Amino acid sequence: MSAVTEGSVTEDRPKAAGRKASGPEGLGRWAAPPRPVWEEEPRKAGLAGKGIALTIACLGVLFPLWIVVVTSLSTKQTISEAGGLVLIPRDITFIAYQELLSGGQVTRATVVSLGVTLVGTLFSMTVSILSAYGLSRIGSLGHRWFLMILLATMFFGAGLIPTYLLVQSLGLTDTYLALILPSAISVFNILVLRAFFMGISPELTDSARIDGAGDWRILWQIVIPLSRAVIAVITLFYAVGYWSAWFNASIYLSDQDMMPLQNVMIQLVQKQEPPVGLGQAIKTGQLSALAVQMAVMVLALLPVAFLSPFVQKHFKKGMLTGAVKG
Amino acid sequence: MAHGTTSRGGTSPQGSTPHGSTPRGTASRGATSVTDAPPDAGVSEAERRTLRKASRRASRKAANGGTFKARLKRDRTLVLMTLPAVLLVLVFNYIPILGNVVAFQEYDPYISDNGFVAIFHSPWVGFEQFSRLFEDSAFWDAVQNTLVLFGLQLLLFFPVPVLLALLINSVIRPRVRAVSQAILYLPHFFSWVLVITVFQQIFGGAGIIAQTLREHGHEGFDLMTDPGIFKFLVTAEGVWKDAGWGVIVFLAALASVSPDLYEASAMDGAGRWRRMWHVTLPALRPVIALLLVLRVGDALTVGFEQILLQRDAVGPGAAEVLDTYVWWNGVRNQDFSYAAAAGLIKGVVSLGLVLAANKIAHLMGEQGVYKK
Repeated sequence: MSAVTEGSVTEDRPKAAGRKASGPEGLGRWAAPPRPVWEEEPRKAGLAGKGIALTIACLGVLFPLWIVVVTSLSTKQTISEAGGLVLIPRDITFIAYQELLSGGQVTRATVVSLGVTLVGTLFSMTVSILSAYGLSRIGSLGHRWFLMILLATMFFGAGLIPTYLLVQSLGLTDTYLALILPSAISVFNILVLRAFFMGISPELTDSARIDGAGDWRILWQIVIPLSRAVIAVITLFYAVGYWSAWFNASIYLSDQDMMPLQNVMIQLVQKQEPPVGLGQAIKTGQLSALAVQMAVMVLALLPVAFLSPFVQKHFKKGMLTGAVKG
Repeated sequence: MAHGTTSRGGTSPQGSTPHGSTPRGTASRGATSVTDAPPDAGVSEAERRTLRKASRRASRKAANGGTFKARLKRDRTLVLMTLPAVLLVLVFNYIPILGNVVAFQEYDPYISDNGFVAIFHSPWVGFEQFSRLFEDSAFWDAVQNTLVLFGLQLLLFFPVPVLLALLINSVIRPRVRAVSQAILYLPHFFSWVLVITVFQQIFGGAGIIAQTLREHGHEGFDLMTDPGIFKFLVTAEGVWKDAGWGVIVFLAALASVSPDLYEASAMDGAGRWRRMWHVTLPALRPVIALLLVLRVGDALTVGFEQILLQRDAVGPGAAEVLDTYVWWNGVRNQDFSYAAAAGLIKGVVSLGLVLAANKIAHLMGEQGVYKK
């Protein structure tokens, strides 16, 4: 940009310098973008203070997770040498995971959790997207009534006891349906999807309609492809909901073999019971009870920690279209 | 913006009268809006928006016209799509509301094969369950615990996301911002079981810190079973799990502040603290007020799963809140009518609080929960 007036050249200089100082591409994204001219240069103390505060906040989240992961990968010897607090991994071993995942209680629970999460999320998303689309056509038959019926549930719940009695008398106890159906849809999520669908410009859908497309086709070929970001967010919300759920299983299931991972984790870690079949290995072998507990925790946090960063950049959109306006 | 809140009925006079005769169909939409809202210099932008809204509502009404049969034929796909969600809500949210009548009964689940049918055969006792409830000191303890926890969360939890948002917002390096946000959001997606387990493994009696202390000849400690510390522990867990997530809303509010405001105030000689005081914080005020109001409306719900998971370790004296009280008496002790009465009281008071909170939010010019 050479052909600019003198005034803006002087203004542009700090920007250009800032960009140049940022060095090669890789480092460039870590570097500070140029400050506007009216903003004073930051003081060293201020920068350091900010850095420390942010580091402490992030370490507060990461440190416990680090301990959990590292301990789950340690041998019994490493753990006892470190006095329980393993900070730096040595002799990394996957023995705890091997034992847990070679059949038995935890393996079964993991499969149950994965299955319920997959089926449940698919069901919830199907119902939610369909209803959000149906409700996004303002003026359609019953639109206002349906919306009122859904919205009202955001203000009052029926209460635990009547819901419990209902699920029981529907014969859902001791079936996996009890983990999916009672909390299958979240009205909030439907409203987020609906708000997003309504934001899609009507020219697109109208022209498709003129070309002869029905509602199914418009939803499938126009609305869904345009809403991938928000659909990803809502899918994550539902999936995390199913993956994290334990309460429904705890009151509706009595068969220990059907329990999902979170409920098994309550028994193993909170009530300090060794996993079924592993008690002997812990007593005799080199398997550490602590490592086993930590490994179960890693199993529980792994899918979530793995998935959420991919969706992270869409969180804001997903959170704000339905909630507080941004 | 009183208009925005009252327009849902679609009966405001501007909307219905001039368009009663508009031919049905979407084709008329463009024409009506032109004739109805002429580009008049004397009409303000807000008024014009109102007019446009009214004409849109009118054309919607026109599109709505026609017999029920014709509309059903036109919209049957949409109705079909919406129906599964409505059915789910009717079955699992509305039918149980009727089930609350057991609070006025001496409900006996074994009186019939089916628990729901048993409702029709159980004897009515009027408000006896409620008077039992009010005479029970354990119930009032639960109420007290609930309110104390709510107050503590309001005091110690609520400001944290605001402060974190200010901190993150002041960081201008994009990569640092993105990474720290990704880290801070993460615990929100962990289950309560996991969060409490992590805390237990670190602070518990058999936890890492206590073990290390014992290893080095000091006395161990156990924060997880100490009833006196419990309320702070619960708040700390909440902060660890959700403070980072709460940041999103505030960051969005901060992102929408025009940089011109900062520039102008800098020109007027405001330093960075004065800019924060006079530009940044006023930008956050509506969001803070709204979230605060909504939180107060939800005051009787303080982390059911979280507290239930730790109830055994600390004992009901410190850990019993209204939700766990209902769970204990109903699910555990099978005293359904008594528990339903407690749940009903909580539900009714909560509904009142939520409605009041929404009213206040509307009065403050915010959209509250039922934004459309």
